[in-house]
Amino acid sequence: MRAGPAARRRPAKVDAVGWWLKAFGGLVVVFFILPTLFVIPMSFGESTTFQFPPQGFTLRLYENFFTNPVWLASLGNSFIVATLTALLATTVGTAAAVALSRMEGRLARFVRTLLMVPIVAPAIVVAVAVYIAFLGWQLTGTVAGYVLAHTAIAVPYVLVSVTGALGGIDPQLLRAAASLGSPPWRAFLRVTMPLISRGVLTGAIFSFIVSFDEVVLALFLRSPVFHTMPVQMYNSVTVEIDPTISAASSLMVVATTIVFVLPQLLRGRARRR
Amino acid sequence: MTTTPETTVRDAGSARTPGGTEIRLEHVTKDFGLASPAVDDISLTIEPGEFMTFLGPSGSGKTTTLNLIAGFETLTAGTISLNGVDVSDVPPHRRNLGMLFQNYALFPHMTVAQNVAYPLRERKVDKREIARKVAEVLELVQLTGRDDHYPAQLSGGQQQRVALARAIVFEPRALLLDEPLGALDRNLRAALQTEIRRIHREVGSTFVFVTHDQEEAMSLSDRIALFNKGRIEQVGTPQQLYAEPETLFAARFLGDSNVFELGRSALDGVTWEGESWAVDPATVSPHPGVKENSAIVVRPEDVQVARSRADVPVGANALRATVRDVEYLGSYRTLLLALGEAGLPGRVRVNPLDGDYTIGDELVAWWRPRAQRVVAAA
Amino acid sequence: MSSNTIKWSNRLLLVPALALLAGILLVPLAGTLVRSLSGTGPDAGLTLRNYANLFTDGVTLTVLGRTALTAAVVTIATLLIGYPYAYLMTRVGPRARGILLVIVLIPFWTSVMARNFAWIVILQDGGPVQTLFAFFGAEDVVLYGTTAGVMIAMTQVMLPFMVLPLFSTLGAIDRRLLLAARGLGSSPTRAFWKVFWPLSRGGVMAGVILVFTLSLGFYVTPALLGSPQESLVAQLLAQRTTQLLDFAAAGALGMLVLVVTLVLVAWANRMGGTVSAIGVVAAGRTRSR
Repeated sequence: MRAGPAARRRPAKVDAVGWWLKAFGGLVVVFFILPTLFVIPMSFGESTTFQFPPQGFTLRLYENFFTNPVWLASLGNSFIVATLTALLATTVGTAAAVALSRMEGRLARFVRTLLMVPIVAPAIVVAVAVYIAFLGWQLTGTVAGYVLAHTAIAVPYVLVSVTGALGGIDPQLLRAAASLGSPPWRAFLRVTMPLISRGVLTGAIFSFIVSFDEVVLALFLRSPVFHTMPVQMYNSVTVEIDPTISAASSLMVVATTIVFVLPQLLRGRARRR
Repeated sequence: MTTTPETTVRDAGSARTPGGTEIRLEHVTKDFGLASPAVDDISLTIEPGEFMTFLGPSGSGKTTTLNLIAGFETLTAGTISLNGVDVSDVPPHRRNLGMLFQNYALFPHMTVAQNVAYPLRERKVDKREIARKVAEVLELVQLTGRDDHYPAQLSGGQQQRVALARAIVFEPRALLLDEPLGALDRNLRAALQTEIRRIHREVGSTFVFVTHDQEEAMSLSDRIALFNKGRIEQVGTPQQLYAEPETLFAARFLGDSNVFELGRSALDGVTWEGESWAVDPATVSPHPGVKENSAIVVRPEDVQVARSRADVPVGANALRATVRDVEYLGSYRTLLLALGEAGLPGRVRVNPLDGDYTIGDELVAWWRPRAQRVVAAA
Repeated sequence: MSSNTIKWSNRLLLVPALALLAGILLVPLAGTLVRSLSGTGPDAGLTLRNYANLFTDGVTLTVLGRTALTAAVVTIATLLIGYPYAYLMTRVGPRARGILLVIVLIPFWTSVMARNFAWIVILQDGGPVQTLFAFFGAEDVVLYGTTAGVMIAMTQVMLPFMVLPLFSTLGAIDRRLLLAARGLGSSPTRAFWKVFWPLSRGGVMAGVILVFTLSLGFYVTPALLGSPQESLVAQLLAQRTTQLLDFAAAGALGMLVLVVTLVLVAWANRMGGTVSAIGVVAAGRTRSR
């Protein structure tokens, strides 16, 4: 049906979305994004307080962040703990996801719900309980303690991610692999693993972020000689005003946004291929 | 396909038998714990190199039986042997049986060539040999030139050909096909049916084909095993099953029938609406159920119609019929009739040259006793 | 491989996850439970005294009340903001929807400390919010150090947990029902209240319960943005543990919060698949619809 030049009119939609709704949506988007962005101009300011708007322009805070031994130590600790957590959580979580995908019935549902508890349980209650327990086991202030605690709360994220990936696999594929001569472990390696690799990677990345960013447990498990960066940032506000926190915050915001948004963009591009 | 690479898969028996493998099922039973077993005491011998079809409605146990042969399900009772060797406890990856699935089950992260090469890599075949065999089998299924494509880039028919190539490239002892054409439209299905028949002849292995489509079964098979409620109702060539059904279920499942249920055994004599019908003993099914409850079955093409009783030959069985509808099918017509006083639905095929029939016409339907079949009614 | 082998290999694969869960979560929480049931002095041994004390101690009651109030306000705020936003998400095209979803999830995944620090900067004395209020004539509005400020910051983080259950429920409502109502003579407002709103109640309940429950346990935000005089229960818990070393009382309080949280989440789960909504937030994306 071709419209002639006279009929070139955009038809009025019966059920159009009101402009006010879109405007509201825009406001909400601003509410989501804008506040966090305030840390970025703060990180270039010259003052020693948190005054806004910041005066001057300097990279001093960033310089301090990368040279001050206390900040560096906390950054290094965070990296170590987060990396180990990602490795451990991904392994443990993937194994659990694979096992659960092959199980049915009430037991499977119960275990799955049980493994999701860390996300739902209030962080403060968990932190206090773990703190007291770790005191007894002498795990406070140690890398092992941090890694174990963070892994426990990161596993649910891996579980969700890998379970989603596993759900997308046609069950006949594993039967086909068996009919073609693959014993189950080789079918897992050659068929299942490649197909869930993106889910596993996503789980690993999320585990890393969860650990790197975790505050409450970190606050309770710290010792004077060992703490992670979020704790250092916390001290910058409560113990002594340290504007370096602006630089740390800006870097964190940029880093997590990139890490979080990048897979979405990649997935969008892959789908378009 | 000429030479066979040495198979490193330790299995029970050789990978290649000229003419294919014999598959023997003895008292095979599979119970899932539901009201009745999915497969109930089935015994069947599939000859080497034959094209055997498991035919039946959904839930009749045909796919479960295929899965038992493949090893994807474990036997509740009975044994399955390949060339005389019991494989009941052998896991599926060691049975050396090729399999085709309804949704193709191609590995989406591998190319066509990688998919087809998969079983050869599992058997540690050398790289050049792999390339040669992959090319050879892709030519066999007429899909050369697509080695680097991914399954998602192929049509349904092409994907099934790749699956077929993958399933036969390692020269399996037999090929199991689980309703492989179910997802394809009519034209594609017909084309692939021809392909499968051709490949069966060229390759010579035993094929076990599962379908619920009786036309497909009739056109492809050497023999058909008709499944009903977990049991095999009848085994025979397509011709045998069509012309000599032993039970009412078999008569109804393959082709159209005119059915007269007697409610008792035909061996005590047949009377229908007051008329006595002759029964040719050669047409009585050997099924033991005939002694208890029988039905008389006549194919539409074996029924004729006459305008009056006087025109019916002596010795023929007859009853009055009223035309309810006329189906025009080009070279012949089918009359839908209301038979006898009860007005049973009936079908008869007529030649248009014999004259026109209209709705409401009162006719006499008749057939010779040797054209009818006495079958066991459940 | 027999099904028995499969069963055992599955159990083996689950052992690490379950061991970790047991060791890091269940055992310490069991310890908390035991401590909460332990008495000292005259009532040594198992006792419910600590739980009883929770409800007789004025401080605890005030804090619990304040926490519940805060959570309630945050819940209402997220509902008022989240409902139209979720509705908008159902109405736009797939690409815009994807963008809106990512934006909803960003605060959840951004650094907790960075986020709270930003709010400190914004809400502090001399900060932009104060300037904004001064512009409209309200002098000296410092939201930093107030519960109101805490509520604002919490709303930002809790919105995804309201939007996502709502989005999935609202998206399932057939729009033609609304058009039918309009066609039968209803004004758009009446069509909404009579048709759309009732059908969305499941998602609303799920979101409300979820946001309320998760808000109860917040620690960092009230600790940094609130004032010690207006503590929420998480801060009280921390204080009792690390400063007062009153492990028994802390244990009872912690158990109370935990049980309330678990019960409410289980209830919300029955309403509208909340565990899966959490899972969605955790996975950072929705299932393809």
